Amino acid sequence: MPRATSDARLLIQSLSKAYAATPTNLKIIDLYVVFAVATALIQVAYMGLVGTFPFNSFLSGVLSCIGTAVLAVCLRIQVNKDNKEFKDLPPERAFADFVLCNLVLHLVIMNFLG
Amino acid sequence: MAGRRLASAALLTLLLAVAVAPLSSAVRPVSDAHRSAAAELFAPSADGSFGDLESTYEAVRTFHILGLDKDKSLTGKVCKFAAEKLASPASSLAKDLFHAVRISGALGCSVDPGVYNGVVARFKAVIKDTNSLLEFYYSVGGLLSIKEQGNNVILSDAESTFHAIKALSQSDGRWRYDTNSAESSTFAAGIALEALAGVVSLADAEVDPSMIGVVKNNIVKLFDTIKSYDDGTFYFDEKHVDANEYKGPITTSASVVRGVVSFGSVASGKLDIPGDKILGLAKFFLNIGLPGSSKDCFNQIEALSILENNRLFVPLILSLPSKVFSLTSKDQLKVEVTTVFGSAAPPLKVNLVQVLGSDSKVITSENKELQFDHDNNVHYLDIAPLKIDVGKYSLVFEISLQEPEHETAYATGGRNTENVFVTGVIKVDKAEIGISDNDAGAVESVQKLDLLKDTKVSLSANHLQKLRLSFQLTTPLGKTFKPHQVFLKLKHESKVEHLFVVPGSARQFKIVLVEYHPHPLLQFTLLVFSVIVLCSLNHDANRTNKDFLGLVEKLYYLSGRYDLELAVGDAVMRPQKKPHAHLHKLLTRSLQIWAKGRDITHIPCAREEATQGTLACIHESYTSAFYRILNRGPAAFASLFHAGIGAVLLLYVLFWVKLDLFTTLKYLGFLGIILVFVGHRALSYLSSASAKQKTA
Repeated sequence: MPRATSDARLLIQSLSKAYAATPTNLKIIDLYVVFAVATALIQVAYMGLVGTFPFNSFLSGVLSCIGTAVLAVCLRIQVNKDNKEFKDLPPERAFADFVLCNLVLHLVIMNFLG
Repeated sequence: MAGRRLASAALLTLLLAVAVAPLSSAVRPVSDAHRSAAAELFAPSADGSFGDLESTYEAVRTFHILGLDKDKSLTGKVCKFAAEKLASPASSLAKDLFHAVRISGALGCSVDPGVYNGVVARFKAVIKDTNSLLEFYYSVGGLLSIKEQGNNVILSDAESTFHAIKALSQSDGRWRYDTNSAESSTFAAGIALEALAGVVSLADAEVDPSMIGVVKNNIVKLFDTIKSYDDGTFYFDEKHVDANEYKGPITTSASVVRGVVSFGSVASGKLDIPGDKILGLAKFFLNIGLPGSSKDCFNQIEALSILENNRLFVPLILSLPSKVFSLTSKDQLKVEVTTVFGSAAPPLKVNLVQVLGSDSKVITSENKELQFDHDNNVHYLDIAPLKIDVGKYSLVFEISLQEPEHETAYATGGRNTENVFVTGVIKVDKAEIGISDNDAGAVESVQKLDLLKDTKVSLSANHLQKLRLSFQLTTPLGKTFKPHQVFLKLKHESKVEHLFVVPGSARQFKIVLVEYHPHPLLQFTLLVFSVIVLCSLNHDANRTNKDFLGLVEKLYYLSGRYDLELAVGDAVMRPQKKPHAHLHKLLTRSLQIWAKGRDITHIPCAREEATQGTLACIHESYTSAFYRILNRGPAAFASLFHAGIGAVLLLYVLFWVKLDLFTTLKYLGFLGIILVFVGHRALSYLSSASAKQKTA
């Protein structure tokens, strides 16, 4: 299906062009999210190979990655200037929230890690 | 059996000392055990006495009955002790004179007749003046003892003495102590009957037979108050007496036996007392076993010696020299029928009429006569033809006297029941050990355990798999055997031991061992490592299995070599020593790697050091940065902010490795306060700077 392939290629190109326009700080946050999710996937793959023992360690690892990815997404939403909802929220405040939530998340993670 | 090397299927069979139900009669005739007990209980003091006169008499009489009075020097000392008391009758109590006279009589001391004259006069004076039962008893008894030592003693006016004693009797067969007291006592009845018998013996003329008849009725009424236990023993006990006057069933029963038998021997005609009550009294005294106090010992031995050959009924005791019979060594059932002191009984037959199982189920009702061995005076029977398996049984015997005239002279008790244990070697075979994936799943790797050789087994399992151990127990008659108790002991090479009682129902025993996370204070994390040991005994003809049921236990995680010991015990098993199995429990790789970081024994020491390090670090950073905070610019705040985050993450790492939650939260609190302060300053500076940039 040549038309489908070329359509897909066109779609990807337009997306990457639009993405290039995003501010650098958002790109950094996106990279961080991608890194966190990839780490989670690597951990799942490892568990698939080695076995579920010890299961709580696996859970805490995956939860840490997903949790920090979620918090990073929240930070991105709050920091994004195009987002009208969080217009009045200073990005420093959003970053402070991000740091605090991550610290709490990692406290829980370290507890559950075992 | 000593030569064989009995090996390893993790079975150590024990013979449990505790029987399921107490044996109904531990009755054995008086034996050397009683003699040694008496020698221990009665210990003479330096002057040859055993305490006061009463205790001395009790000791002397007991030794005489048991044949222990061989010590001539002791006899001499005791005679001297008694003679001192007899020397001055006028100033002594009737009680002391009574005991002194009896001591002299028992030991055969040579007493000057003049001394006895004075004592006799004293006794007679007491009888004339008193109206107390005890005084009558002592005086009459003393006079009787003097008469038995060869002196001529007559009690004049015996009838009035008889009346005086008789007047203290009550309608229920008991006696009062004197005219003033309202309380009656069974013990007093015994004393009174003995005193009345003494009066009749000492009387110069015959006592009115109607009075004798009245006393006989009293005795019958007294026997209506007798108490009994379920196993056919009878005894007398007081009902309405003060605590300080209570003498206990042994003393009371002995007193009644003395009184009744002595009165029965002087009264013409026979007393109307059933033979089984006499036998019951004899069994009561024998059931005491070895008595604990000297008074109980005296009462027991004297009562039994009186019953040994009395005019009423001589009790014959059926006893078993051994209550445990082995099928494997083909033991014979042996029964002895003797008098209470172990003397030979008259010719009689013993029949085994019934065998009852542990739940009173009738096993066999065939009437089997026991053969009599004249040389050893024992009745015996082979138990192999009875076809009974190992277990606990009640045997019912019947004694029948061969001469008809002995029926009125001896009390046999008709049917006697005895509990016995039949034991045998329990064979263990078909032992297997293996791993299975789940309860219903097939056994993955089965390894046979040979009982005759010492075997080691290596197994590896992870937390989803189960260990399965099975074996078969058979009795000598070939039936399957369910033991009374099973214990499981797991001993690690580091000497950590876990003992589990395995509960059982009709078919199943199962035990589930749950592993706790070894971090002692972290209760949030539970690692469940289930090792289910299945051991099954079922009643299939080909294979017997037993599962261990629903008991969750904690096992601190330790991989390595385990000694698995299964202790199977029952009262009917014969002891066999077998070494235990060695179980090498290997675990999956990840488990072992993970386990390496967890060494419980090192935690307390390392924790202190870690705390010291962290605390020092925090303190240093705090003090050094303290004065810079308020005075330096934004760069300092930013770096402090990042340092704070770094410190928190470092704290988390330490938390993971060494610290516990509460310590961590404490330090996190300190760090958090610093971080919030510094962070707020840095971020607010940054936001104000960017706001200025926007407006500018």
